[in-house]
Amino acid sequence: MDALTLSRAQFGFTIAFHYIFPPLSIGLGLCLVAFEGFYLSTGKKLYLEIARFYTRIFGLIFAMGVATGIVMEFQFGTNWSSYSRFVGDVFGSALAAEGIFAFFLESGFLGLLLFGWDRIKPGTHFFATLMVCLGAHFSAVWIVVANSWQQTPAGYHLVGQPGGAIRAEVTDFWQVIFNPSTLDRLWHVFMGGWQAGSFAVLSVSAYFLLKKKNIEFAQTALKIALVIAAVASLLQLFSGHESAKVVSFTQPAKLAAYEGHYTTGPAPLYLFGWVDEKNSQTHGVSIPGLLSYLVTGSTDAPVTGLDAFTPDKRPPINFVFQTYHAMVAIGMTLIAVAWFGLFLWWRGLLWKTRWFLWVLVFSVLLPQAANQLGWFSAEVGRQPYIVYNLMKTSDALSKTVKAGEILTSIILFGFIYLLLGVLFIYLLNDKIQHGLHMKEEKGHRA
Amino acid sequence: MNFDWQTLWFVLVGILFMGYALLDGFDLGVGALHLLVKTDTERRIFINSIGPIWDGNEVWLVTGGGALFAAFPEAYATVFSGFYLAFMLLLIALIFRAVAIEFRSKQPMKWWRQIWDVSFSVSSIVSSLLIGIAMGNLVWGIPLGADHEYAGTFLGLLKPYPLLLGFTTLALFTMHGSIFIVLKTEGALQKKLKGWVKNTMIFFILCYVITTLATLIFIPRMLTTLQQQPFLFIVPVFNVLAIANIPRNISRGRGWGAFLSSCATLFFLMALLGIGLYPNMVFSNPAPENSLTIYNAASSVATLKIMSLMAAIGLPLILSYTVSIYWVFRGKVKLDSHSY
Repeated sequence: MDALTLSRAQFGFTIAFHYIFPPLSIGLGLCLVAFEGFYLSTGKKLYLEIARFYTRIFGLIFAMGVATGIVMEFQFGTNWSSYSRFVGDVFGSALAAEGIFAFFLESGFLGLLLFGWDRIKPGTHFFATLMVCLGAHFSAVWIVVANSWQQTPAGYHLVGQPGGAIRAEVTDFWQVIFNPSTLDRLWHVFMGGWQAGSFAVLSVSAYFLLKKKNIEFAQTALKIALVIAAVASLLQLFSGHESAKVVSFTQPAKLAAYEGHYTTGPAPLYLFGWVDEKNSQTHGVSIPGLLSYLVTGSTDAPVTGLDAFTPDKRPPINFVFQTYHAMVAIGMTLIAVAWFGLFLWWRGLLWKTRWFLWVLVFSVLLPQAANQLGWFSAEVGRQPYIVYNLMKTSDALSKTVKAGEILTSIILFGFIYLLLGVLFIYLLNDKIQHGLHMKEEKGHRA
Repeated sequence: MNFDWQTLWFVLVGILFMGYALLDGFDLGVGALHLLVKTDTERRIFINSIGPIWDGNEVWLVTGGGALFAAFPEAYATVFSGFYLAFMLLLIALIFRAVAIEFRSKQPMKWWRQIWDVSFSVSSIVSSLLIGIAMGNLVWGIPLGADHEYAGTFLGLLKPYPLLLGFTTLALFTMHGSIFIVLKTEGALQKKLKGWVKNTMIFFILCYVITTLATLIFIPRMLTTLQQQPFLFIVPVFNVLAIANIPRNISRGRGWGAFLSSCATLFFLMALLGIGLYPNMVFSNPAPENSLTIYNAASSVATLKIMSLMAAIGLPLILSYTVSIYWVFRGKVKLDSHSY
């Protein structure tokens, strides 16, 4: 395999593994704020127990996020140094800002969150929790700014360098930050995080209820998480819609690939289907005119099709079509699950409906899958560009790094992440099973 | 006269890496010494002495990397792609270190704890060595092409001088860590650790003298800026004073005095490194005309100005809450139900 394929594989696989954890930190951070907020306002010990239990889980998730995240900060330089030279002036400042404004905040206050229970007052501890949660959200802000600039670059100009190279330089920093896709995509990432965190709490709580353990504890946490899940899932629908609308005019080739839309003209919306890339056809079940309607407000308005782009300027179509549709399908499922849960709660049936509690146990995987699929669609949908319409991914590689070296690092990361993944599941399970009763076993366990 | 934004950012990036060396320096040092204490309680005390703060300390490295990317993208691109395998090893060491701290005390089994104890210690040692070797290569110079790309090999990074700097860095962090851990312990354990400080100090001073001689003999270019700006000679003078102040404080039993002197040592050593390299970021050896300087490696002045604004807002905030958090966790390590 060539260096390009290997570097793409390495980046894709290290970022995908990393991205299991940040959305959980964002969403679980919000849940922690809610739990501790209820404790402070009601003074009930139960909320404190819930907060402490999920803080321990948060600590494990956060450590995984930090361990796998440090790779990302340096991989632009190690594997994509031509890209780094080209965009450093613009893209680098967003990464630096992430460090200055987000990482210090969350990592600093994390120590207080995890170890400060007996050292600081409850109000101060709540403040630390709030700061960690805020820090997790801030880091999403800056990374989405950086990535959105790759999707819809703005606020820059191209400048020739003394050596003959060309690079992008900032002209308007506010335009870089608020480039056309930043806000919609940020909202989308936030909601994906809230879903990941709240469904994780739902899953653990439902499991306790099914096992008839910690009943009151589980019911209280479940109710709070269910409200967050219901709100986030519904808001996610709107943010997804807005995001797709922005894609329709900023990255028309990507939208056309999302929907397998070949011929410019009125466009249907596929519920599911298959793109036959060889014959430029899409087969499946579709609602005529719906894509046109969603994008423009009129069912017969034309939507740019793939025919407007030569094949070398199109992303892999069927792949993007499938990941996008799977993400949307999961998003709809999550709305159904969360709101059906609210309905059962309202009718007083939530604790008796065992099959639904089983659904909740496994629902934790759905936001994870949707978050991954969404990023696959967004990133693969941008291909063949690394910066849309500006730089091709194939021109972004490090010139000095050889395929053999990348293969070595992929194998190393492969083994290590596999090991970490297994250990993470093992420890997470252990914490869930025993985490609530840790005090009695102390001294031996931690 | 135009304000020299590139020099400002050379200093600021330097401060971030200095912050990393000062703070993560002692927790890497604690890790390097970890296997030398044998009982489970002692090892838990070691890990918990850095438990609430190591993560924040490592952020200095991540932010330093981000700031280097933003302010000097050419240097970031050249160094990280040029040192590819070395950096991959460093990343893997840092990953193992992070999870070892988190995982170790989560299970009671002896073998489990042994595995993570070894991971924690070995990864701390490897990280310190690699950081030193990377700095050593910047001082010695690496072969660069006219296109600013690294023109050497992986093994070419393992020359004697960079290796020497690797060991010096390890010695420095180990000394720094041993002084720190004395502050965090009490009773018999503290007494034992106090004995170690003397050994780590001797190891460091030995490395320091050899490195200084080697630098003076083989890399006189590191003195150019000092000769041009004689007032900067206070830096090496203070450096020597800071080092001499460590044994003085220790013999008088003043732990904090020793720790602050050790911090000052790191501070002045990093300052010396910066002064020696300036105005080069990555010195090209051979073919010095291909060197990356703070001018040909920098981002546009517009970006440097924006970044300066961010630093002006961000750094005071970071310092204020870092100090508060250290304050909360001051005093001896007490193992409780929240500890690792």
